[in-house]
Amino acid sequence: MSRRIVVGHLYPDYLNIYADRGNIAVLARRAAWRGIDLEVRSISMGDPIAPGEHDLLYIGGGQDREQALTASDLAAKGEQLITAVREGAALLAVCGGYQLLGRFYRDRHGTELPGVGLFPLQTVAGERRMIGDVLLECELGPGVARELAGFENHAGRTHLDAGATPLGRVLAGFGNDGESGYEGCRLGRAIGTYLHGPLLPRNPWLADWLLGQALAPRGEEPGPEPPQLQPLGDELEASAHQVSARRARERGGRSLIRVAHGLPLPRLSRRRRGEN
Amino acid sequence: MAVRVPLSAEILAARAAGRLSRLLRTGGGTTMPGKLLWKLDPGAIDRLAARLPLGSALVSATNGKTTTAAMVAEILEPRYRLAHNNAGANLVSGVASTLLAAREAELGLFEVDEGAFPEVARRVKPRAVCLGNLFRDQLDRYGELEHIAERWRGAVRDLSDDAWSVVNGDDPQVGDLARGRRRALVFGLDDLRHAQPALQHAADSKYCIACGTPYDYAAAYVGHLGDYRCPRCGHARPRLDVLARSIELEGRESASFDLVTPEAESRVTLRLPGLYNVYNALAAASLAQVLGASLPEIVSGLECFDAAFGRFERIDVEDKGLLMLLIKNPAGANEAVRTVVSGGSPKLALIALNDAIADGRDVSWIWDVDFEPLIEHGLETLVATGDRAAELALRFKYAGFPEERIQVIPELERALDRGLALTPSGGELAVLPTYTAMLALRQVVGERGHVRPYWERAA
Repeated sequence: MSRRIVVGHLYPDYLNIYADRGNIAVLARRAAWRGIDLEVRSISMGDPIAPGEHDLLYIGGGQDREQALTASDLAAKGEQLITAVREGAALLAVCGGYQLLGRFYRDRHGTELPGVGLFPLQTVAGERRMIGDVLLECELGPGVARELAGFENHAGRTHLDAGATPLGRVLAGFGNDGESGYEGCRLGRAIGTYLHGPLLPRNPWLADWLLGQALAPRGEEPGPEPPQLQPLGDELEASAHQVSARRARERGGRSLIRVAHGLPLPRLSRRRRGEN
Repeated sequence: MAVRVPLSAEILAARAAGRLSRLLRTGGGTTMPGKLLWKLDPGAIDRLAARLPLGSALVSATNGKTTTAAMVAEILEPRYRLAHNNAGANLVSGVASTLLAAREAELGLFEVDEGAFPEVARRVKPRAVCLGNLFRDQLDRYGELEHIAERWRGAVRDLSDDAWSVVNGDDPQVGDLARGRRRALVFGLDDLRHAQPALQHAADSKYCIACGTPYDYAAAYVGHLGDYRCPRCGHARPRLDVLARSIELEGRESASFDLVTPEAESRVTLRLPGLYNVYNALAAASLAQVLGASLPEIVSGLECFDAAFGRFERIDVEDKGLLMLLIKNPAGANEAVRTVVSGGSPKLALIALNDAIADGRDVSWIWDVDFEPLIEHGLETLVATGDRAAELALRFKYAGFPEERIQVIPELERALDRGLALTPSGGELAVLPTYTAMLALRQVVGERGHVRPYWERAA
């Protein structure tokens, strides 16, 4: 097993709206704490994705404008990206990046941004944004159910093709389209999701899953057990997860929030339920 | 001509509601009367505003609107009787409450939430608007920056032809709003010594608003604010009418600069630190000028100005001090961090992260803040508090700060006591809270007799 990971971070200057660098920091630190050499290389406009160069690819989300600026460049890299994943690179795509890795994103005016077509899905913008805390139940290895807690904020309704595998079941929140009860998409070692927060700090098991996949020998389908990584003390992570999961149960997915509300003055002595 | 609005039953009822809110201690009564009035008769706000003999001015921005409006009030108060929403209630309802309460006012001066700006502008019909900056902020509440910018463009387009547009030329989106306006005043910084070596991570509008190409920056001052030019289509910072030169920053204490206006220039020494407060002062000076203030009045107002509520506040707690700097989004928090470390190397910091609606329910923004300067300057202990204290602690842990030096104490009062206990006698504790955490912390120190409640300051 190789002890070196090369991460390719797509468009870090453009797609970084939901603190995507937090995800990268978690991957980098958790590798370093285990003595694994991890290098992050940015892949920007016009840069090719060389075959075999990356063990893990990351693409984050952007505002509509930044997403539109990158979409055609990404579509041009589409074949290279699909090849990289087929040849065994792991991948995490969050929010806008997730949408762009589907077949297309159609906005409210009916304009289509071309997608890469890696994930068997398509996204169509809805009238209202789906905003709030989310909690998922996932089973990335057989028989091992784990939770993912995060935050979602998307106008797009993502529809998976029949037979496609979602990342998880929605316990609280909206998920892919607010209706299906599923969230994200999983294709071998590639994961797409709307969950930010950022996702990895409060869900370190997923960071370790990705690192494990990145270290696995190329070409193999993910085995029943990802390569074993040395466990780390994750008490802080667990307590952040707990609060985030509770938020999702208390207030996730209830209302479709109209954007551009202002700042109400809260009551001074507010105590939230379920907290001391 | 002043339009006479009868003091109808609805207005009396709304005023009574404000007094009741204060009596019941549920709040400052700063939004409730206006909310009630708005429910009873939305058009009443338009009529109340129209009754102001000298009209109104609006101040909006992601960061600095409260401070800017308070500076303008300081400058104009000797000259005019103001209706000013200085308790931070900056939605339509807050403006309405202020209008209700200010019976003798001549001029309205309203700080307005970025999202509420178009509606307030439509109702109040201001004679001047002052627009400071647009940064990414609480995406769960405001939506994307581009969306706000689009609504601002519409609102400015619909202003009367006589209205002044006072804009920050250093912000590409905001500076462009003055284009084609008959009455426009553009302000910005002109001091390359204070440019950042590179655009901050939190820089937002860094792509040309006309063609999408990354701007070349001759200077980047705060986030994406600076002297930009598009290498492809030439879209560039507009010519500045009011500017700051020869800026000197004195750590956590103060800042001074040459204020240059079309007519004259003068040295100004602020009692507030940081480049962002130089921006606030420039915005205030520009707006005050179009509202009729003379340069000596502007300089004296800026130099007397102390600090807006919770934004940069020093509070004495027995033999120790609290330095409270509100944080609410990456660009603002970066400046708060810059201010805290510019006055030396704090060994201890207390950071409070809540996630109520007013703080932003989505706490991902803390990962876009550059907290690293605190660590690089030798921070020894972090007290992480608020409902999302653990998430904040993770932000530092994954920045490489040793976990054992982070004290996670979600309860604000306990965390404050711990922070004070760790502060040496005569020392100052840097406190960086989000909005509702700031209110709660002020209440704690208020109950101990160290600060007055905000509605008393506002009165």
